[in-house]
Amino acid sequence: MSPPVSLDERQLTSVTRAGYLQGSCSRYLHPLILTISVAFSIPASPPMLLSSPTSSRASIPTLETLKISGGKKPRVSQHVIFGKHHPFSTTAAENEQKEKISVTFIDKDGEEKHIKVPIGMSMLEAAHENDIELEGACEGSLACSTCHVIVMDVDYYNKLEDPTDEENDMLDLAFGLTETSRLGCQVIAKPELDGLHLALPAATRNFAVDGYVPKPH
Amino acid sequence: MAVFQARKWYSRSFSSLSSHPLHICVVGSGPAGFYTAEKMLKAHQAAEIDIIDRLPTPFGLVRSGVAPDHPETKIVVNQFSRVALNERCSFFGNVSLGTSISLAELRDMYHVVVLAYGAESDRILGVPGEDLKGIHSAREFVWWYNGHPDYKNLALDLKSTETAVILGQGNVALDVARVLLRPKRELAITDIANHALVSLEESCIRKVYLVGRRGPVQAACTAKELREILGIKDLYIHIQEADLLKSPADEEELKNSRIQRRVYELLSKAVTSQPSQPRSGQRELHFVFFRRPDKFLHSDNISGNVTGVCYEKTILKENGGSGKQSAVGTGQFEDLECGLVLKSIGYKSVPVNGLPFDNHKGMVPNIRGRVLSDVPGEHTFEKGLYVAGWLKRGPTGIIATNLYCAEETVASISEDLEQGLLTPSFPKPGREGLGQLLDSRNVRFVPFSGWEKIDVKEKADGSLRNKPREKIVSWQELLKVANE
Repeated sequence: MSPPVSLDERQLTSVTRAGYLQGSCSRYLHPLILTISVAFSIPASPPMLLSSPTSSRASIPTLETLKISGGKKPRVSQHVIFGKHHPFSTTAAENEQKEKISVTFIDKDGEEKHIKVPIGMSMLEAAHENDIELEGACEGSLACSTCHVIVMDVDYYNKLEDPTDEENDMLDLAFGLTETSRLGCQVIAKPELDGLHLALPAATRNFAVDGYVPKPH
Repeated sequence: MAVFQARKWYSRSFSSLSSHPLHICVVGSGPAGFYTAEKMLKAHQAAEIDIIDRLPTPFGLVRSGVAPDHPETKIVVNQFSRVALNERCSFFGNVSLGTSISLAELRDMYHVVVLAYGAESDRILGVPGEDLKGIHSAREFVWWYNGHPDYKNLALDLKSTETAVILGQGNVALDVARVLLRPKRELAITDIANHALVSLEESCIRKVYLVGRRGPVQAACTAKELREILGIKDLYIHIQEADLLKSPADEEELKNSRIQRRVYELLSKAVTSQPSQPRSGQRELHFVFFRRPDKFLHSDNISGNVTGVCYEKTILKENGGSGKQSAVGTGQFEDLECGLVLKSIGYKSVPVNGLPFDNHKGMVPNIRGRVLSDVPGEHTFEKGLYVAGWLKRGPTGIIATNLYCAEETVASISEDLEQGLLTPSFPKPGREGLGQLLDSRNVRFVPFSGWEKIDVKEKADGSLRNKPREKIVSWQELLKVANE
């Protein structure tokens, strides 16, 4: 389990490495360093590279720079670079880069957990990868409401695609439904969602005392 | 904070207590049972949990209740299987509470017994003619098409009539209607029991009436199931337009319930998008509102088969200040001909010896899962005895409801442990004792590995027919495969 930090070293290393392996990295890396705010990482085994004898990492002076800018609240504007600069993003499969966004989960007891979620991954998968206790009875097939999450900021809620009829059908049955409720399996990480805060509904705890009448099945 | 510390103290005291495990028996392996086991495993490191079930197969209504054309809903068994495979959890199939072992014996052997065996019987209407041939409960029909080993031989005649009446408009009613009306080639690729598929392929049922005492605003189904049945290919849908008129009380109900609003909208849309008449031979689904069955009709011949239902028309009256409206009769009656009636008016739990039971409500009197003693006038609890699921709160809700229900029961158990009301330090025989007792009675239980053999065989048989599984529907065969 990777620790929940805003930009961990592994990710930084990956950027560095990717640029380095491209040879003329500085052309791509420099503008990247100046404005980068989203972390890029290589999913497969970057730590090994730290000890790789062929890697002349020391000659790359950008690590510190990256760290500083990465420590700020990430904003996303850079994924365009990947599209434009083709050679940077497409080499061997192991070189594939993934953007990540920061997401905060607030659990039933009000405790916050900060995680990094790769673009394209659902909040349900992300929660499970990070040991967050979000249920997922139907494993994301839109047949249950157990991965119900509450988007804490309406501006973020508005950045999401509208729920489909099928998702709304399931939300009908979610416990503690709010105006900004969604199913975790249907919220997919995208750059605009960086900084997203999601709460797990807590009201579910006392459903019997609150006089909740479960809907018949 | 106090709770937190107490919890910490417990996990610490239990972690050094591997020689004193907390023995827990969960009766029933449906969603309520498995969610309870899962939450107990997480909450108590010293907990050793045995789940017993009277069937050789686990998962309760996920296997025998969820409709065969809802495979996504059954995915939850993956999660339940992980629980069963936990080293502190064991499954004992083919062990029946009340027959193989008594409740008193279980309570002697375990520190905690959680009853989660659901509702295996039906509410009755209490109107004349309810015992006629051709009248079944929806539960029986559902268990039949889902291959429950007790209902493989249900005497169901789908060939002598083209009209079926389903009493009730909840999701079970919609499941049943959908299975009757859906193109059979679509059912053929599901895990529907083979005997049911054969029977449905030969079925003459073409017209289904879904009858409810109240109106479209109060329909008890959910939007997903309704959308699904309204979307069946080449099905004529009929809803009386006048039934959709809303009273101020209806408007108030809709305002307060998102789900009722969405169900009502779907029904309204269905009215406007339909041709006024069905084509000849087209299958038909009729939503009939504001009718309650008054009696069942039969012909004078000796067959004793139902030939129709006599309804009384109803209107809605507000129920005190609750905002809910209930149906009252108007004294106007009408008959509807049919040859098959399926009553989908609710399940009912069955008591066992030594269990406090509310016969009227069909459930166990309890507070947050703690079973209340029968002693009149006193609020005492049965030590170490708890309930979860339908036995605890009545037969309503979806699978996920059991998650919160189990969480509540487990919280009660944890509190009782913290307050010293249970005595985990007093050794109990638990699993070992259960095994010995079953042995002495020649009860051959089916462990989870036995179920896995059944599972493998069913999947293999299913793949030959392009089905996800071909269910084994006889007791004998189930036990044979499990013990191979």
